[in-house]
Amino acid sequence: MNRNEKTNVKKTALYGLIIAAALVLSWIESQIPPFFPIPGMKIGLTNIIVVLTLYKLGSSSAMAANVLRIALVSMLFGGIMSMLYSLAGGMLSTVVMILLKKTGKFKTVTVSIAGGISHNIGQILVAMLALNTSGIAWYLAALWFTGMASGTLIGILSNELIKRLPDKLFT
Amino acid sequence: MHKKNVSYDVILIAVFMLIGGLIIGFILLSSHKGKSVEVRIDGKIQGYYSLNENRTVNISSATGENILVIENGQAYMKDADCPDKLCVRQGSVSKDGQSIICLPHKVVVEVTGNESEKKQNSTDIIVK
Repeated sequence: MNRNEKTNVKKTALYGLIIAAALVLSWIESQIPPFFPIPGMKIGLTNIIVVLTLYKLGSSSAMAANVLRIALVSMLFGGIMSMLYSLAGGMLSTVVMILLKKTGKFKTVTVSIAGGISHNIGQILVAMLALNTSGIAWYLAALWFTGMASGTLIGILSNELIKRLPDKLFT
Repeated sequence: MHKKNVSYDVILIAVFMLIGGLIIGFILLSSHKGKSVEVRIDGKIQGYYSLNENRTVNISSATGENILVIENGQAYMKDADCPDKLCVRQGSVSKDGQSIICLPHKVVVEVTGNESEKKQNSTDIIVK
């Protein structure tokens, strides 16, 4: 096996591991009862994986992990509608996080907060289209702040993981 | 003046808080007591019910049933046969623009203001 093949095998295994971890986190999250009376409000545990991938492997890997996880999670636990919601939120938040990280001026937690908010904004935009209603301003306000809260939590957790997981694992 | 990375973070988070505050401020300023609720399934208007009149409305959509109760100027979902029952937990609404949303059934109950009667009468000429 030459070096190139070796890297490819390692990459395949690594991505498999990342997606598997994302699936496990999705499952854990689906077991948490919806204790807040707002549809679409989640902690977003799988975003840990996206943030981690973004910082350890770069923008395109983060986007790939994000799209793959959404596709798989929707097929396993949701449907087409939930896939649209997740894609809108997931893509927007990943793009926002990639851009903010690229500026190099923000901490992981801040990047994650921006990701949390934009995730919810993306979902609201789809909800507005799907339900043909613009009168969900209350919903927007609620999700704006819950996005900040969950983004903070995810940011802190991701930051610890980024610090603690050895870089060797990702090369 | 020495620059720290922290300052950018603080600025951005402050901006987020400000926008969030503005959204809430805007909602509080623009909310009046509504006159009636508009019930829509999958974007289609099913009917208007006055908030001044106590009554129970059964909303049957293709995917299930929701029971809407109007009581003392407020509207709330009493029950629904969706698995999460988030609409029931959303509590009661009474202010203009507030809504109860049941995503699994695509049901939206929105409080409307004074124009609701006008809207109701001119439904025939609304082109979507």
